[in-house]
Amino acid sequence: MAHALLSYAAYVPRHRLARAELAAALGSGGGKGSRAVASYDEDSTTMGVEAARAALADGVGVPSIHFATTAPAYFDKTNATAIHAALDLGHDGFAVDLAGSARGAVGALRAAAAGGGLAVLSDLRTGRPGSADERDGGDAAAAFLFGDGEPIATVRAEASTTAEFLDRWRAPGELASGQWEERFGAEAYAPLIHDAVTRALEQAGVAQPDHVIVSSPHARAAAAASKRYAGRVPEQAPAIGYAGTADPGLRLAAVLDRARPGETILLVVAADGCDATVLEVRPGIEGARAPKPVAELVEGGRELRYATYLTWRGLLDREPPRRPEPGRPAGPPSLRSESWKFAFVGSRCEACGQVHVPPRRVCVNCQAVDRMERAALSRKPGTVATFTVDRLAFSPSPPVIDAVVDFDGGGRYTLEVADASPDEVEIGTPVELAFRRLYTSGGVHNYFWKATVA
Amino acid sequence: MASNGIKDRVAIVGMGCTRFGERWDKGADELLVDAVQQCFAATPALPKEDVDAYWLGTMNSGQSGTVLSKPLGIDYKPVTRVENMCATGSEAFRNACYAVASGAYDRVMAVGVEKLKDTGYSGLVRSNVAGDGTAPEETLTAPAAFSLLDPAYCRKYGVDPQAMRDAMTHVAWKNHVNGAKNERAQFRKEVPKEKIDAGAGKVAGRLGVMDCSGVSDGAACALIVRAEDAYRYTDRPIFVKALSVIAGPASGPIDPGYDYTTFHEVVASAKDAYAQAGISDPRREISLAEVHDCFTPTELVLMEDMGFSARGQAWRDELDGVFDLGGALPVNPDGGLKSFGHPVGASGLRMLFECWLQFRGEAGERQIADARLGLTHNLGGRPGTCVSFISIVGAQQG
Repeated sequence: MAHALLSYAAYVPRHRLARAELAAALGSGGGKGSRAVASYDEDSTTMGVEAARAALADGVGVPSIHFATTAPAYFDKTNATAIHAALDLGHDGFAVDLAGSARGAVGALRAAAAGGGLAVLSDLRTGRPGSADERDGGDAAAAFLFGDGEPIATVRAEASTTAEFLDRWRAPGELASGQWEERFGAEAYAPLIHDAVTRALEQAGVAQPDHVIVSSPHARAAAAASKRYAGRVPEQAPAIGYAGTADPGLRLAAVLDRARPGETILLVVAADGCDATVLEVRPGIEGARAPKPVAELVEGGRELRYATYLTWRGLLDREPPRRPEPGRPAGPPSLRSESWKFAFVGSRCEACGQVHVPPRRVCVNCQAVDRMERAALSRKPGTVATFTVDRLAFSPSPPVIDAVVDFDGGGRYTLEVADASPDEVEIGTPVELAFRRLYTSGGVHNYFWKATVA
Repeated sequence: MASNGIKDRVAIVGMGCTRFGERWDKGADELLVDAVQQCFAATPALPKEDVDAYWLGTMNSGQSGTVLSKPLGIDYKPVTRVENMCATGSEAFRNACYAVASGAYDRVMAVGVEKLKDTGYSGLVRSNVAGDGTAPEETLTAPAAFSLLDPAYCRKYGVDPQAMRDAMTHVAWKNHVNGAKNERAQFRKEVPKEKIDAGAGKVAGRLGVMDCSGVSDGAACALIVRAEDAYRYTDRPIFVKALSVIAGPASGPIDPGYDYTTFHEVVASAKDAYAQAGISDPRREISLAEVHDCFTPTELVLMEDMGFSARGQAWRDELDGVFDLGGALPVNPDGGLKSFGHPVGASGLRMLFECWLQFRGEAGERQIADARLGLTHNLGGRPGTCVSFISIVGAQQG
C-alpha cells in the first residue's frame, strides 16, 4: 500500500433489537445482548455517508471513493456516487462500488490505500426470521481516508489466500443467504487463514501483534482463528452483531480508538479466502482519533420491537396509511439541485447575508438578484423553531415528526426528525443533520437530509 | 401597493350553491349543473343565453374552460378556468368581477367546483409537480403544516397550552353549532366540546379530526353585472366593495424571521381590502366574516391578521364568544370550512353565498340582524407559503 491511513470514523445506527425480543416473538432462539438495526430510512449508502462525514474534516478533498457493501441500495447504478455527492466533492474524482461479498471491504481498503482516497465500508445484515444471520448480524459503517499526510497508521505487510468453496451464497433478489454445513466451512477456512496470517506476520517481522481482529461471515472460523492468533491487548469488540463489509472496519476503528503509537494490528478478513494485513500505529493517531469512539456509538440505543424490525426490512407487509404514496423524485431536477439535495448546500446573499436553503437567485430579504455565494450547511447545528407530529403522513414508521429548523449562522428548513419519539422534540431542541432516505417510490430512493436530536 | 379597487361598480344578482358533502351520488359535471341551474332558476331575468362570459374555478377537477362549457352546453362563449389553490373559487369570482368592471362584458358568471371524494383517500389529495424530492410539502400533510402554528403561538404569547386547546375546541364547536343550522352543510350536527377534545392529537400535532375542515364535494356560483344594472335582475343585489388577492415570496419556511403566528399575506390582503372599501375599524364595521378555518388554529391567527383581535388575544376573544353567531362579530355563521365542508374550488363562492343569504334575510336560524357588510377570506397554501384572498361585499351601495 502506497498511502498511509490519515483518518477514520465509524457509524452505528441508533436502533437495537434485543435477542431476547427475538426469542419472545419467535418462541425460540434468542440469546444475550442485541444487534444494531438501521432505521427504515437508512441503507448502506446513508450509513456510509455518516461514517464518511465523521471521518473527513470539513473541506478535505477526496480523490476517490471505494464503497463496499453486501447490501447495495441499487444495482446497475453506482451507490458511491450518492456518497460522493453528499460529501460535496463536486464532479471531480472516482467513485465505485465493491458490492457483493464481505471481502469487498478489503478490496476497498486496498484500493484506497494504493491510490489514495476514501474506503467506505457499510452494510445491513438480514436473514430469514429466526435465522442466525438475523440474530447475529448487525448494521454499521466505517470509513478510512488514505493519502499523503500525517499518518495515523501504515501498512507493514499484507498477504492473501483465495479458494472457491461453497460456504455462503445468495442469488440476486434473494432475501437470505444459503449456508453449507457449518463444520465444512470451519475446516475449509482454517488453512487459508493460517497461510495468510503466517505470511503477513513474517513479512512484517512481527511475532506477536498487539491487536488482532478476525472478521468473517463464518462465526466459527473467526472464533477459532481469534483463539489461535490472540493479540497482546484483548480486543473490545463492538457487540452490535457481525456487520458484513463494515465489520472489519468497525472493529479496526474500535482498535484505533485505543491503540498507542508503535503498536501493531493484525487485521484478518476471512471471506472466500483470507486477507491478513499488518498495520503499525503511528504517532499521528494521538491527534486524529475519530470524533466519536466506537464504544460510544455502540452504547445505549433505542429498543426496537421485533414487528417493527420486520416491517422496516420489508419482511412484514403491513397495511399502509390511507394516503397516496409520494411521487418518485425526478431525474433532471435532482441533478439540477445535486449539491442542495445531496450535500445541503444553500446560497448566501452577498448583499445582505441572508442564507437560503434551497439556494435561490432572488434574495428573500433584500431582493438582490444573482448575487449569491455557496452556503454549505450540512455540518451546521440547528434549533427547532416549531414542530409537529404528523400522524396522517405516509411513512413506514409513523408518526412522522417534522420540525422547522433554524441553522446557526442563518438558514431555515422544515425537516423530518429521525430516530426520535414525539416527546423528545420541542421548541428550542438542538438538532443536527443526518443523511437519510425519505422514501422509496417507483424504485427510486429519495435521499435527503433529516434532523436528529443533538 | 397601489390598488384602485372597484368599489360599488359591480354587483351579484343571483347565486347558487349545492349541498356540500361526500357526494358519492354526483360527479363534478352534475354538481356544476345543480349549482348553475339553481342560480338561473332564482334569477329569471338573467337566463343562460344572456350571460356573456364565464370564469370557472377548480383546483383539481379538470382543466380548461371545457370543464364548465361541456356539462352546461355553453354555446361558444368565453370560459376561463382559474386556479389559486384553496382560494380558487374566490379567484374565479375576482376575475369575473374585473371583467364586468373593465367594461369588457356586462353579465358574467363565476362558478367554482371541486370533486374531492373520488380519490379513495379520506384527506385532501393533490398532484405534486415533478421535483427533486426535497420539498417538505411532499411529505408534510396540510393538518401537520397548520398545526405548526399552535406551539409557536403558545410560545410567543405565553398562552397556556390548555387555554389554546380550549380556544381551538371552541372554533370547532362554534362552527358546528352554526353548520347544524345550515341545510347545505356537510356536517349538520352540533358536537360537544368533550368529544372534540377527546380526539385531539390524533391527526397532527394537537389537531384531531374535529380540528380539520370537511373534505367534500360541491359547487357554487354567482351572476355578476354592472352595479347600475343590478336592480334589473333582483330587488336585493349585493355590491362588491373590495377584492384583494396577495401572494408573498413564500419565504416563511426558509426565513428564520417568520415566527409561525401570522400570515403576512393575510395582513397585506386585509389592509388592501379595507383601503378599497374604506373600512377603518373592521371589528365594528363588518357584520359577518366567512374566513378560511381550514384547521382550528388557522381561524385564531386569522382573527388577529384581519384586525378583529389584538395580537395574542384571539384565543381569548374566541373563548369569550366574540365570534359566535350571537357575538359581536359572527365568524363563519354558515359553519365554515369546518362544518360546511371544503370543496376547494367552490369554497370562496360558498362564503359569498352566505353573505347573499344574510343580506337578503334568507339565512333562517342563522340570520344575523341588520347584516350589511360581509367579509370573505380564502387562504391558499400553508403557513409561510400561501396566497390570501379577501373580499368585502355590502347590502347597499355607498
